[in-house]
Amino acid sequence: MSTETASNTGAPTTPVGKAADYLDQRTSIGVAVKEFARKVFPDHWSFMLGEMALFSFVVLLLSGVFLTMFFDPSMALVEYHGAGPETMQGQLMSTAFASTLDLSFDVRGGLLMRQIHHWAALVFMASIVVHMMRVFFTGAFRKPREINWLVGTVLLILGLLAGFSGYSLPDDVLSGNGLRITDGVIKSIPVIGSYMSYMVFGGEFPGEHIIPRLFTIHILLVPALILALIGLHLFLMVLHKHTQYPGGGRTDKNVVGYPLFPVYVAKMGGNFFIVFGILALMGATMSINNVWNYGPYDPSPVGAGAQPDWYMLFLEGSLRLMPGAGTEWVIFGYTLSLNVLIPAVVIPGLLFTFLFAYPFIEAKVTGDKREHHVLDRPRNVPVRTGLGVAFLTAFIILALAGSNDLIATHFAMSLNQITWAFRILFFVGPVFAFWVTKRICLSLQRKDRELVLHGHETGRIVRFANGEYIEVHRPLDEQERWLRVNYDAHRPLEIEPATDARGVKRRGYKSDKRWQKLSRFFYEDRVEPVTPAELAAAHSHGEHDEIAPAAHTSEVTSGTDTVDRER
Amino acid sequence: MSENQNPNTSQDVTTSTETAGHPERFSDPGVPEHRARLTDTDPKANKRSERIIVLLFALSCLGAIASLVAYFTVRPDGTTDQTRLSTLLLGVTMAISLLGIGIAAIHWAKALMSDHEHVDERHDLKSSPEVREVAVKHLTDGVEDSGIGRRGVLKGAAVSALALFPLTFAVPLISSVGGDWNISKFRHTIWTSGKRLAYDPTGRPIKAADLTVGSVAHVIPEESEEYMASHEWITEKAKAVVLLVRLNPEDIRSDQSPEGETWSYDGIVAYSKICTHVGCPVALYEQQTHHLLCPCHQSTFDMADGAKVVFGPANRPLPQLPIAVDDEGYLVAQDDFAEPVGPSYWERLK
Repeated sequence: MSTETASNTGAPTTPVGKAADYLDQRTSIGVAVKEFARKVFPDHWSFMLGEMALFSFVVLLLSGVFLTMFFDPSMALVEYHGAGPETMQGQLMSTAFASTLDLSFDVRGGLLMRQIHHWAALVFMASIVVHMMRVFFTGAFRKPREINWLVGTVLLILGLLAGFSGYSLPDDVLSGNGLRITDGVIKSIPVIGSYMSYMVFGGEFPGEHIIPRLFTIHILLVPALILALIGLHLFLMVLHKHTQYPGGGRTDKNVVGYPLFPVYVAKMGGNFFIVFGILALMGATMSINNVWNYGPYDPSPVGAGAQPDWYMLFLEGSLRLMPGAGTEWVIFGYTLSLNVLIPAVVIPGLLFTFLFAYPFIEAKVTGDKREHHVLDRPRNVPVRTGLGVAFLTAFIILALAGSNDLIATHFAMSLNQITWAFRILFFVGPVFAFWVTKRICLSLQRKDRELVLHGHETGRIVRFANGEYIEVHRPLDEQERWLRVNYDAHRPLEIEPATDARGVKRRGYKSDKRWQKLSRFFYEDRVEPVTPAELAAAHSHGEHDEIAPAAHTSEVTSGTDTVDRER
Repeated sequence: MSENQNPNTSQDVTTSTETAGHPERFSDPGVPEHRARLTDTDPKANKRSERIIVLLFALSCLGAIASLVAYFTVRPDGTTDQTRLSTLLLGVTMAISLLGIGIAAIHWAKALMSDHEHVDERHDLKSSPEVREVAVKHLTDGVEDSGIGRRGVLKGAAVSALALFPLTFAVPLISSVGGDWNISKFRHTIWTSGKRLAYDPTGRPIKAADLTVGSVAHVIPEESEEYMASHEWITEKAKAVVLLVRLNPEDIRSDQSPEGETWSYDGIVAYSKICTHVGCPVALYEQQTHHLLCPCHQSTFDMADGAKVVFGPANRPLPQLPIAVDDEGYLVAQDDFAEPVGPSYWERLK
């Protein structure tokens, strides 16, 4: 039986066919090819943001392997005599710093790879953040993708960790001071802070263990976790099938797009080379982290106007904004440094809690248990969009506050006043941004309604025989209209009354009541989509009817019955 | 927000009204009709696109070859300029070879590959009731086979073993990962009574007479050269660095000397350079205002007023190093700092 399957029916004759047959008999790869080769993916430019994150991670792995061949993560002190710049000769430095100089100046392409690696890290974090924004604002985190949102948020945190651990490896003054700040933050943690500082540094700061430890974290622990979670992220993406933007023929039951092979193989492959190419261009033309200008780590000097990489700026800004007066408490002789704890632990804790919890909170206040595969237009969920913009505003204000010294020197302003302005803005800015965004969303929805009801303005003015002027409106075609009417305007939750039919107090009523309050916050203000009845009503009586009801007869004869006439 | 039970009574609701005879919602118009691209209808445009793609791939090949040429012709000679030139040429040629492939592939996909949209059905993610039933049965059968429900002692023993085995890994790790775990080291620096103050980084001792009013000095304790080439030194230096300024004695409103002691000498005051916020070296001194600014988070300390915090996130003044002058006129420490330097920690006052 086994002999005849291969020989009888359609035995492959071409080399490719033979190879495929060989492989299939051993792996049943035919099943996978059948399943995935023509799998349909929806198309939209914003779907490539996540790809960019993935591809810059691949570039990080490639350039990172190059760097590990020449980098020596040792804190042994050496007097430098090597290929590096004149100013570094004879200086006492760690081997890590010395090997960073050598791989930049002695290894051909070494500096290029270092710069590509650093830029790729910045682009990696940026594309993760922008990808998350796309997912958030379009509601792609809704059922069934909540778990994948959590995986993505963990990836964001791992990205921060990868960036931070890598940034510190060259053991230069700038990153050393960054480590020192980290040490100060760790020490502020109540009860275990001092011991955690010892755990991280293997003793007192800076000690002689931190660089090798960070190296292991940076090249083994964190990348392994990131790879595993990327695998899970993509597996879930394939399992769920990709979301799609709303449009004609696109429903929660189907997926409309182009086949994986050949269109997405070409597009994604092409995207990889473009991301890599642009990173190569950045590495070639924009120098970054010239550690020989800072010098090896020494606990005494510090550079003014020093900023961490952009994704850490929000933490830096948070530390800068917190007023110190009265925020260090002594309780039973123990010191609680709220001036460090709040900005460096509590604030980022709150920001990440928001990210982790949001999909579940929104599902709860929406009372929605359906699967969603068609994305929301951000305007159609005004409170979500507003909250997202408020979150970003807080993040950006903190990042700007992390650059308050540069703002002060570049614009010749008082540093203290800038800091005060940011302190106030941190609280006022997000609220204002929320309010403005929500209003803009509602206005856009009303504009959509108006467009659906009255059509596009054409600029054509028509005069009737009786002297009446009207402006001709062109109705939307059905695709345009479908895009604007195909959404759910959720209503606030309705809850069961406080007492049951026999007048007994219902358990859980108070909790229901609280959720209802939150639900009102989300959905009290809303704009509902136009219904066919409303459209028909708008067509049958234009507003000018009210001014001149007698003009009806002349309208019929005006010869413009193919267009909708309004105002 | 009102306490109204009916959620539909707010002001900002634009609602739809339903009228008899019309459906409640619009119906889906279906996938839009396919529109032919220029490359679909015009063979010339099609050929042109193909030529562009071929050209882009060719450009990529040239970029790769140019990269090799750059590698062999621009050799590093130890100067920063040559390194930069080599980096620029290698990077730009690499970018050309990569971008050529990327742009060609995407142009190919967009201009020449079929752009007819396909529709796939989605299927429910949740498994069918039959599948669930079988799955649950498999699990209950498995539990039954293992007998874990009936054998309480066995369960307890297994759980205990699993809970205990990580200790064999964790205990040796935790015992060593923090060095000697002796956090009382935070309390002390290498400053001792009589130790000379020296310039950072040269290590030359400082004579009080050399300091003019308004001058500022970055200070380290005087140590031997071989000690200053050790790791221990870097860790100790991280706590011991001091910033010294000479003020006009009348300008000093206060310092941290306790009753009956003088911690400054003739207008010279020395304070820890380690910020009490998160430990950055506080390095920017403003002569006019006697303010010392931390460049990391902008905590500002008044050197004429006991290094009290005048702005920023720090809470405590910088600890003062008590100083005096020895027989030869050099500045010396009277003692170690009276309190731990640097950022606050839980046991700081214990």
